[in-house]
Amino acid sequence: MIAEAGLAALWLAASLALLQLFLAVTGLKGGKAELLAAMRPVAVGQGMLTAIAFSLLITLFLRSDMSVLLVAMNSHSAKPWLYKFAGTWGNHEGSMLLWVTVMGVAGGAVALFERALRRDTHMATLGAQATISLGFYAFLLFSSNPFARIDPPPTDGQGLNPLLQDPGLAFHPPTLYLGYVGLSVAFSFAVGALLTRTVDAAFARAMRPWVLGAWILLTLGITAGSYWAYYELGWGGWWFWDPVENASLMPWLAATALLHSVTVLATRDGLRAWTIMLAVIAFSMSMVGTFLVRSGILTSVHAFAVDPERGSFILALLAIYIGGALALFGWRIGSVREGAPFELISRETLLVVNNLLLSVILGIVLIGTLYPLMTEAFGHKVSVGAPYFDRIAGPIALVLMLAMAAGPLTRWRRDRVPAVAKRLAIPAAAGAVAAVIIATLAWGRMGLLPLFGLIVAIGVGIASLAPLWKRKLLRTPLFTWGMVIAHLGCAVSLAGMACDSAFTVEKLVAARPGETIRTAGWALRFVQIMPLAGDNWTALQADLAVDRGGNAVMMRPQSRFFTSPPTTTSEAALLTRWNGQLYVVLGEEVEGGRWQLRIWWKPFVTLIWLGGILIAFGGALALIGRERRGWLAKWRARRAVA
Amino acid sequence: MKAKHQRLVLALVALASIIGAGLLAASALKDEAAYFYAPADVKAKGVEPGRAIRLGGMVVKGSLKRAADGVTIRFNVTDGKARVPATFSGIAPDLFKEGSGVVAEGAFDDKGTFVATNLLAKHDERYMPRELEGMQYNETTHEMKVTP
Repeated sequence: MIAEAGLAALWLAASLALLQLFLAVTGLKGGKAELLAAMRPVAVGQGMLTAIAFSLLITLFLRSDMSVLLVAMNSHSAKPWLYKFAGTWGNHEGSMLLWVTVMGVAGGAVALFERALRRDTHMATLGAQATISLGFYAFLLFSSNPFARIDPPPTDGQGLNPLLQDPGLAFHPPTLYLGYVGLSVAFSFAVGALLTRTVDAAFARAMRPWVLGAWILLTLGITAGSYWAYYELGWGGWWFWDPVENASLMPWLAATALLHSVTVLATRDGLRAWTIMLAVIAFSMSMVGTFLVRSGILTSVHAFAVDPERGSFILALLAIYIGGALALFGWRIGSVREGAPFELISRETLLVVNNLLLSVILGIVLIGTLYPLMTEAFGHKVSVGAPYFDRIAGPIALVLMLAMAAGPLTRWRRDRVPAVAKRLAIPAAAGAVAAVIIATLAWGRMGLLPLFGLIVAIGVGIASLAPLWKRKLLRTPLFTWGMVIAHLGCAVSLAGMACDSAFTVEKLVAARPGETIRTAGWALRFVQIMPLAGDNWTALQADLAVDRGGNAVMMRPQSRFFTSPPTTTSEAALLTRWNGQLYVVLGEEVEGGRWQLRIWWKPFVTLIWLGGILIAFGGALALIGRERRGWLAKWRARRAVA
Repeated sequence: MKAKHQRLVLALVALASIIGAGLLAASALKDEAAYFYAPADVKAKGVEPGRAIRLGGMVVKGSLKRAADGVTIRFNVTDGKARVPATFSGIAPDLFKEGSGVVAEGAFDDKGTFVATNLLAKHDERYMPRELEGMQYNETTHEMKVTP
């Protein structure tokens, strides 16, 4: 019954989306903006129905209802409840249902909470959101039904890929999806503004909080995903340039560019056409990412299904939506008036530089991700990995960081080079001092990219705090704080990346219990190896007493064996200290009763994710700051009336 | 500067940087893209030492040896037509074993041994490295069957 109810909810939601589109078209054609009032409950209802369908699928997974094909294929009754719960989206159909749920709920939120948008633009936006949703409803209902039954039901399920059996799965994909799919709102706003010819500052102010919200969640999702890959895969790396990681990075790059260009549009009424273009690109990148991942066209840890039919379906959706939006853009952009002009030396120019560099990085990542596909069409099997991305995207990212340091210290509209140089003097001097110190200490022992990365991180870190200089901190607006903290987060994250790649010490040994391994100032005494059993796994665990001249702490890396499906995973042991992390992985037993151990000391590696959290936190402050200003204005207006 | 001129300058800068980035990307792809080789390709075409490639095939039965340090392994990779010696230091994936498929990332040294920096074996029963799709290894005859 539950499965059928879920399917019914999905069909109902799809028909509401159709109704929403119909209302938008009628309203816009007849010039009846009052139809917006009728669209609100429809959009909210659609959002609620998708949420209901998704909750029902979660219920099926929690109950281990093996008569449902999806549950039987991806779950197992012996799994801990958290992984039954999280397993809901750890598969193709479930993750696509999460996709439409986020889309529906986001559309409902736009209907319910958006008040600043002109009414006809609002209608067109909701119509566009319904149009995108319809395609994905069709995809779910016709080719990826999550509620399909299986007859006769198997006695038990096939289980979830043990790599995914980690608490991180409960948090990281939903957050990522909220951001990823939340960008559909920016896309719909852009389409709405193009249809109703309202590309201006007021429109940008209405769109900004939605972009900011999606961007914050995307940032958090990528940060969490990176940490998850770091500790769960046991390879010691934090970013692998895996196609799926790139698929989340590309929308983030576009959204970051959009966030900055929408600010230019909102405050200075410039970059109109470009902002609309970016809004289209950002969500297009989300869809391209989904296509790459869900079509199984690229090999990846994340690829659930290899299914050409689904791939072509998503490719068709992609072509329709991206092509349609670009066609609309080409058709209507002539009617978008030129925005306000600005001088060459101005904050606008630096934001254009930011946008340009972000777009270039986006292009480089996109080319690198698609290149294997293109060459395979010609019969060559190729993989593009870290060396390509590091070599090309790395230096450009460093230049981008420099622009980021200068941007907030440059005035809007017009500034003078000597004035900007004066404001940048202290950070630049700090960067230079850092450069001299680091270069004398570590010359030749450090790659060029990490070397420059560390220097830039120090200079930019100080420069990002400079906008607070000589200001009354308590009277500084929240969104300025937000910008400062987000930019500082970039510098912190960069420092972590540079330290990790420059100073990591790795040791690979085969040791017997009783031996002590010394590396990077640490002593690891291998106490014993013992078997262990969990809910649906058994494991071998190494106990290591670890110290650095103080009290010993136990570290317990494991090698876990799962039976359904039969797989072994390694659970790394991590020890976090203020200045870095010790990372230990247990390998297999070799001759002479020895066990393989792989040990890393990673100085300041945690800064990478701390930076990511700071970036998202800065975004949240900016969002609250802007919104609060709106509330305050409303409150004052109301009081003035009273 | 007039607004029109300034727009032109910005557009030209944008165009130049995009073209520049494209060229940069193209040249880097030429150098850094790791091409996939089967042992027969290696024997036929030759791969210069130090060039990053992916070597794929099956681990020859009886060829897997572990060095005294306990963490270095030596093995031969075959595609049924040729064999290539390879070595790897690290923790091998659990499904890495003799007679099983492997894709090794790394480069050849001067003596013609493939030094792998990373081994991609089957993750689980359902996952197979894409490059090895359609390859089957006969364990008794050491023959490889390739079904397209």
